[in-house]
Amino acid sequence: MDHRNYIGLVIIAVIIAFIPTLVKNDYYIGILVFTALNCLTALGLCLLMGYAGQISLGHAAFFGLGAYSTAILTVNLGWSPWIAMGAGACLTAVIALIIGVPALRLKGHYLAMATLGFGAIVNIVFVAAVGLTGGPSGISGIPQLNFLGIELNTDKSFFYFSWAVVILGLFLALNLIHSRVGRGLRAIHDSQEAASSLGVNTSKYKIKIFVLSAAYASVAGSLYASFINYIDPGPFDVMHSVLLVVMVAVGGMHNIWGAMIGAVLLSILPEFLSALSDYFGGIGIAYKSDYDMLIYGGILLVIMLFLPGGLYEGIQRLLQASRNLINRFKMRAFS
Amino acid sequence: MAQPILQLIDLCKNFGGVVALDHLNIQVEKSSITSIIGPNGAGKTTIFNLITGIVNRSSGKVYYNNEDISGLKPHMIAEKQIARTFQNVQVFPQMTVLENVMVGRHVKSHLGFILSSLIPPFFRIEEKRIREDAHQCLSIAGLSHLAQKKAGSLPLGNQRQLEIARALAVEPKLLLLDEPASGLNSRETYNMGKLIQKIKEMDITIVLVEHDMELVMDISDKVNVVNFGRSLASGDPSEIQANADVIAAYLGT
Repeated sequence: MDHRNYIGLVIIAVIIAFIPTLVKNDYYIGILVFTALNCLTALGLCLLMGYAGQISLGHAAFFGLGAYSTAILTVNLGWSPWIAMGAGACLTAVIALIIGVPALRLKGHYLAMATLGFGAIVNIVFVAAVGLTGGPSGISGIPQLNFLGIELNTDKSFFYFSWAVVILGLFLALNLIHSRVGRGLRAIHDSQEAASSLGVNTSKYKIKIFVLSAAYASVAGSLYASFINYIDPGPFDVMHSVLLVVMVAVGGMHNIWGAMIGAVLLSILPEFLSALSDYFGGIGIAYKSDYDMLIYGGILLVIMLFLPGGLYEGIQRLLQASRNLINRFKMRAFS
Repeated sequence: MAQPILQLIDLCKNFGGVVALDHLNIQVEKSSITSIIGPNGAGKTTIFNLITGIVNRSSGKVYYNNEDISGLKPHMIAEKQIARTFQNVQVFPQMTVLENVMVGRHVKSHLGFILSSLIPPFFRIEEKRIREDAHQCLSIAGLSHLAQKKAGSLPLGNQRQLEIARALAVEPKLLLLDEPASGLNSRETYNMGKLIQKIKEMDITIVLVEHDMELVMDISDKVNVVNFGRSLASGDPSEIQANADVIAAYLGT
């Protein structure tokens, strides 16, 4: 069982290696970079939501804190982007700790409201602290990453790099899930009382996973800033937090692979739809990015109604059903 | 009298204006099965919640091996090798039976967030040991054949056994069982009684809250009767059965 997960990592690596030979268009490679960054954030959020059972509607803020840390430290102070990324993750972790200690005493809707409020405040700071963040016009001229002497200045090189980070993130998350810590977190999800009666320090564990989850988002944010070289507060608003939750929920909260599926699907879908609408443009159907939220909302609604376990569970059920069908045919063939 | 492993002294608990426990005194001897019985709402589960730190006492003390443990957090109580089960079964339904018991090994294993993230499970010596220990606890409770089943899909009887297996994984010196036979049929109740006696033989002290009088009188070394949060009587099963106050409390006068 454990090993299957790690085989999954290898499969992803192989797919990633082959994608640039199939997808030649730089624009689409760029989309796949954003997909990777969403995967990374969704992974962290899945550890928090799916495994520990604590919701966060403020993860775009952590994503933004990472991006702005990189931007400010590299552009204003001339730091190396790598050190800026580490410093950003540390800063985000400290902020998550400060927010998490009081907020994680709350449960369910109240925790959702608290994190939502936090996300909104951070976004306002990005907009209003003009001296530091450049306000609505943002920060430009963020330097590229240089990985072991290779300048990550093309979409393709950054594509490989970002997905390597995702695979690393997945590897770490899988290790964590299949450990006493991971089981402790899942126990908290199911019953805090029982978990604590078995020696799991529930409040400490919730705070730690919140901080770790924020650090995942922060690293994704730093990579985002380094990739597009320019940031403004737009992508770090509350809607993005909601979108991240939708990704995790649509894919299937209770499994890390579900979060991956959700993040990939919802990152690629708008592009797929607009490509489709170009194709059908002749008959007067055009897809605009304004419709994104409509599509996301619709998908979430359908999934929650008919497949509460998310797409991952749906795929599993489908596999099981087809296995049953094959077995039945085999039985009939023998009899 | 033998060495007490657990002493509740003048324990009081108010929920708002409601007095749940009123200067309660109970002593539990080492290596015994001590039962706590009483009518519904007498405060029996509250006693367990106070010992395990899930609710805070209003006043009074809890001594465990002559050490004051009142006011400790639940996970610290578990570290002191006190384990419990719950009246409203609280297995972890999304996890397998084996994983449930593996959670019970939490206090007996040590890797934290960072090392757990860095080392894959198949390279961790600890992980293998946790798994083996958990299998052993499952076999004591007679659940080995269900190890890979989702805990939430088990019938109630097996879920109660699972809670005990999970509690045993803590390697408790003191085990608090909250109505382990409630909802079980007579055959399952009989098996539960056998299991409890088997655990006693492992030199684990057991405190039992139970409504099934046959079971209580059958396996208990000592019985405490609680009514309206106060100790009404205590003694060996035959004494309790003959006690006029107890009969009055149960039958009403």
